[in-house]
Amino acid sequence: MTAAVEFQRVSRHFGPASAPVKAVDGVDLTIAEGSFFAMLGPSGSGKTTCLRLISGFEKPTGGTIRIFGQDVSDIPPNRRNVNTVFQDYALFPHMNVRDNVGYGLMVKGVDRRTREARAEEMLSLVKLDGYGDRKPAQLSGGQRQRVALARALVNEPKVLLLDEPLGALDLKLREAMQDELKTLQARLGITFVFVTHDQGEALSMADSLAVFNEGRIAQIGTPAEVYSRPRTRFVADFVGSSNVLPPEVTRAFGGPAKWSSLRPEMLRLTAPDGVALSGTVTGLRYLGAGSRVTVALNGTEVAAQLPAGQPVPEQGATVGLAFDPAALHVMEGEG
Amino acid sequence: MTTPAILPERGLADRLTALFWRHPRLLLAVLLTPPLLWLGVVYLGSLAALLLQSFYSIDEFSGMVKEEFTLKTYAELFRAQNLDIILRTLLMSAAVTLGCALIAFPIAYYAARFARGKWKAVFYLGVMLPLWSSYLVKVYAWKLILAKEGIITWAAEGVGLSMILNAILAIPGIGGNSLSTSPLGTFIVFVYVWLPYMILPMQASLERVPTSMLEASADLGASRAQTFRTVILPLAMPGVIAGSIFTFSLTMGDYIIPQIVGTSARFIGLAVYQLQGTAGNIPLAAAFAVVPIVIMLVYLTIAKRKGAFDAL
Repeated sequence: MTAAVEFQRVSRHFGPASAPVKAVDGVDLTIAEGSFFAMLGPSGSGKTTCLRLISGFEKPTGGTIRIFGQDVSDIPPNRRNVNTVFQDYALFPHMNVRDNVGYGLMVKGVDRRTREARAEEMLSLVKLDGYGDRKPAQLSGGQRQRVALARALVNEPKVLLLDEPLGALDLKLREAMQDELKTLQARLGITFVFVTHDQGEALSMADSLAVFNEGRIAQIGTPAEVYSRPRTRFVADFVGSSNVLPPEVTRAFGGPAKWSSLRPEMLRLTAPDGVALSGTVTGLRYLGAGSRVTVALNGTEVAAQLPAGQPVPEQGATVGLAFDPAALHVMEGEG
Repeated sequence: MTTPAILPERGLADRLTALFWRHPRLLLAVLLTPPLLWLGVVYLGSLAALLLQSFYSIDEFSGMVKEEFTLKTYAELFRAQNLDIILRTLLMSAAVTLGCALIAFPIAYYAARFARGKWKAVFYLGVMLPLWSSYLVKVYAWKLILAKEGIITWAAEGVGLSMILNAILAIPGIGGNSLSTSPLGTFIVFVYVWLPYMILPMQASLERVPTSMLEASADLGASRAQTFRTVILPLAMPGVIAGSIFTFSLTMGDYIIPQIVGTSARFIGLAVYQLQGTAGNIPLAAAFAVVPIVIMLVYLTIAKRKGAFDAL
């Protein structure tokens, strides 16, 4: 399979060469054609800059970017067959929805009738039939998002870039759009590259994902790999807020003297007598679908997630902790 | 220590706050009455008085204003010499507006897109500084700059470009004896004096165009020229129109620059000045004054039809 996007030692540094701000620093990345790829990370981790390097709004200060095998170093954004759904949607306020969607065809010189027909097709693809005459200001956030999607797809891009496209939507709408995007991607077969800081979104939508931290990729893999076998402390904590255990605690938990990760949902509470691990309950958080209990063991705080319906201990109670030893994941990476 | 659920009233200020909180419209009325009075009585009232004057006429024997409704004064506007004045003013205003727009756009674009921090302050200072000095001083300074013995002629001679300068001055309708006595000179001084009024609204409207919109255009395949034509210009249009209202109407009403720099051919402003002063023909002066108003209304109607305000 061809790589849709390939990064080789790509860097994007800002500011003076003596003290550069390394927004992206030596990133190697391969995105397979037809995949749904997520770039996950906290704000300032370099994920959006990576997206802008693909679209051409940023130029790398080092390394090579290839799109479908072609070096794009000297290709401006308008000549890359890559389209973006912007975070703020960036719809043109002076054009109606139909002209917005048909914009990419208009600048290519496609005649009015053809582009209007194509725009209508795209609008029905995103379930906005009959909205062509409205102005962007007359639409809701979710509808604008769909227009932005239709506008980007009308050009039949080789890669579709989505910059936190669901960030401005409320929870219910966001979940609906997640499903829709996933279905749309499967149907069109276009490579989607999706930037998000929401780990739940990345895990549930992506075929594979890259976790960014401070301009570098901390881990790349399928959602299951990244979740169950985080390579670094950062990944363990950022993706699913795992218990990150320092070497001495790992040993107390029955592992080697290395950093490890233990998912809160893998921990069970037991009676305090006759177990190796026991501690005091210092925090309780009700989550609806369960509860999260914080237990202090010899100065280390460990979170356990209890499924709904289980009895919840009281604050200050002494409890025992049990888990399947296989759930303790020892991390080979540092940092 | 316990704090009360309701804090004690501290005097008049709190009493007024409470009053306005209970009656929000009262506050609005208090705030709006003075400016509305000003606008209604002083501003629109004087305009109405002016309009009324333009429907009177002057008695040719006594030179007194006859306070009877007539369209005779308006008919006078269509006499060849008066039409000439109107046409000349209209052309000059249009040329000045266009000139200002062409010079102002790159400056406004730079200020809105690229200038940050200190450079933004430098921009505002640079644009506003000329407005701080006296209008008359600037115009007389320009008369010297443009004069036959002035720096432009001198510089053109120095670098051997006198030929070009003379060729430009030889163009009929634009040129003249020297820059300071040609319509071109009048144009240059008008552009200089009104330029800030074009730059500032343009800059304000360009500043409201988010970068992502320009990126979206490029992303969808548009070249720079296409982005300019289909995105930047339409979105900047309200600012361009606002700026052109200033440059257009200020040029149409000005009566000093054409007196000092140029051929001393009459413009509307000068005509009004002379009619109400030496000639004492207030009705005709008023009728002349109505012309720019009508032209502006026509201009704005066309602009609206063409969709210039769609981005508002």
